[in-house]
Amino acid sequence: MSDQKPVNAEEIMAVIERNDTARLRAWLKTCTSCGLCSESCFFYLANENAPEFMPQYKARKTLGELIKNKGNVTRAQLEEMKEIAWARCTMCRRCSQYCPFGIEIAVMINVARQCMRTQEVCPDRLMTIDQSYEEFGNQMSIPDEEFVETCEWMAEEGQDRLKDLEIPIDKEDAEIMFVVNSREPKYYPQDIQEAAMVMHAAGENWTLPSHGWEATNLSMFSGNLRVAGMVTQSVYDAAQKLRAKKICITECGHAYRAAKYEGPYWTKQPGGKAPVEVTHAVQLFHDYMKDGRIKLKHKFKEAITYQHPCNLSRSGDLGPAGEALMDMLCENYIPMEPHAEWSHCCCGGGGFIPMGADYKKTRMVAGKVKAEQIQKTGAKFVLVPCHNCTDQINDLNKEYDLGIKVMSFKELICELMDLPPHMKPEGEEDE
Amino acid sequence: MYAFVNGPLVWIAFAVLVFGSLWQIVSLYKMSRRTDKVFYDHYNPGAAAGSIWAWLMPFGSRSWREHPGLTLGTFAFHICLIIVPLFALGHAVTLEFNRGIGWPSLPDGVADKMTLVFLAAALFLLIRRFVVPQVRIVTEPKDIVVWCITVLPFLTGYLSAHKMLLDPDTMLLLHVFSGCLMLICIPFTKLAHVFLFFMTRAFIGSEFARRGTKTW
Ligand code: SF4
Ligand code: SF4
Repeated sequence: MSDQKPVNAEEIMAVIERNDTARLRAWLKTCTSCGLCSESCFFYLANENAPEFMPQYKARKTLGELIKNKGNVTRAQLEEMKEIAWARCTMCRRCSQYCPFGIEIAVMINVARQCMRTQEVCPDRLMTIDQSYEEFGNQMSIPDEEFVETCEWMAEEGQDRLKDLEIPIDKEDAEIMFVVNSREPKYYPQDIQEAAMVMHAAGENWTLPSHGWEATNLSMFSGNLRVAGMVTQSVYDAAQKLRAKKICITECGHAYRAAKYEGPYWTKQPGGKAPVEVTHAVQLFHDYMKDGRIKLKHKFKEAITYQHPCNLSRSGDLGPAGEALMDMLCENYIPMEPHAEWSHCCCGGGGFIPMGADYKKTRMVAGKVKAEQIQKTGAKFVLVPCHNCTDQINDLNKEYDLGIKVMSFKELICELMDLPPHMKPEGEEDE
Repeated sequence: MYAFVNGPLVWIAFAVLVFGSLWQIVSLYKMSRRTDKVFYDHYNPGAAAGSIWAWLMPFGSRSWREHPGLTLGTFAFHICLIIVPLFALGHAVTLEFNRGIGWPSLPDGVADKMTLVFLAAALFLLIRRFVVPQVRIVTEPKDIVVWCITVLPFLTGYLSAHKMLLDPDTMLLLHVFSGCLMLICIPFTKLAHVFLFFMTRAFIGSEFARRGTKTW
């Protein structure tokens, strides 16, 4: 198309120079093209081992080409690279566990995404999301007032399930400042209610901020790190303003990775640490159970398996806590193989889910690996502590006829927990 | 010619190897101080050492365990590659003769067999490059060149010891020459993975440990 802007090689090179680190240089120098990374990648496995899907090749065809040509590429080339960087890699980082040199293909793909983003070459939906973050501070264009109203409504409605349920907004000096994924107020307000029920039952001193409540960071994957930093900063700011002891992230993987591990770098925090300790619902619920702050009527009886989200169990430290929580809640927990930090990506991450209908087919093809993993466990219930994984596994369920039900920890705990008598709503009989 | 190759060239090669590698390491280190804050912020010596160790051991990492064929080939290749030149009887004798340094050596028969193992492993790795599609797609001409540079000293060493193909003196000349070429190439080609391995593994070990997970 002739009306398109020419490619600005300088902007691309600026990104490359910013990311020109000793480790990137070492990676470019050491790769012995041994191919060990291939079979670690679920894209490669799900696409009949087609060599074009091997990780090193994907890095080479994107960042490699940009470096080699010093940013002087055509729009058509960028479009090709876009299909590789966004539709053939979710930046799950499994390949770096399999490479003898620990080369991080995901980081290279991320740099390539940043380069392309400067030229507005990026799946459209992700760019729209960047805009929504800029205008509303969240990916779903929800005004803060509406969010607060949703919380109030959920507290009120939840009183049928837990007497005097409260959702405190902007309470100062709380132990926990809970932040959510804006999908919750938009489509699943029940999620906020259930999280509130668990915290209330555990006697937690907690709050939600009226601004800075969105933690899902999709700009991390659109390549717009300026916006990514802005979103993280708003969460840190809220916690500091309210003097909360900890930030707790809802059952969402991207949000945890962004706030705890990447965010400190986007926002230039000293020592690469978040200014307020960041924890996650999986850890929080795990501790409630372990400390006996939540008691169960009984454990979950059916066979159930657990999806380890990459951003929690590989790029985050929650693999063991997730497993332990499963054991505390369920009688018959069957792990997938491989699991924990070696888990396969479900293909919902890295921005895939919000990339929308155009990419659904790719997502269903590459999700085959996860579908088979689930099938092999024989479980009909899958516990999924991440919103992106949840959407993906629900889609896989339909595509591959898995006949499963996806659950979250808060949902499961609300179903199983034994409320103390004074929290039981009027009229509820003891069992 | 013979005098040059056997004398100064050998010294030049060793000097290039040592100073070239040092220069690469120091300049990367300096650059990393400036650009890799993330590494120094979270440097974890235990995880770095664990990560290096696990990958130096055959079957020490999950990746090695899942690829037993390649693991055997790679380790046979690298172990012989290091042991044979260091302890070949011929090398020890040359060193003793020229410098008066006593150096332990392997019996000729053992060095001989290890050379054959090395050549077989090298052949395996080369064939793998061409027949395994996911390896072929990332193989470049320079991978083949580097392969030749590494294999030639062994091939010529074997041939000259067994007085094959060319007259032993010419073959020996080729042997010394190709050996020097390999040493010179180490700092400046993919062969630099000899030392970069330790740097990249220390990084990834620490990086994953920071996130509470492992890379082996
Ligand atoms: S495993 Fe590592 S060294 Fe081997 S091809 Fe992949 S990136 Fe390169
Ligand atoms: S990061 Fe994940 S999706 Fe991307 S190439 Fe590596 S294994 Fe494949």
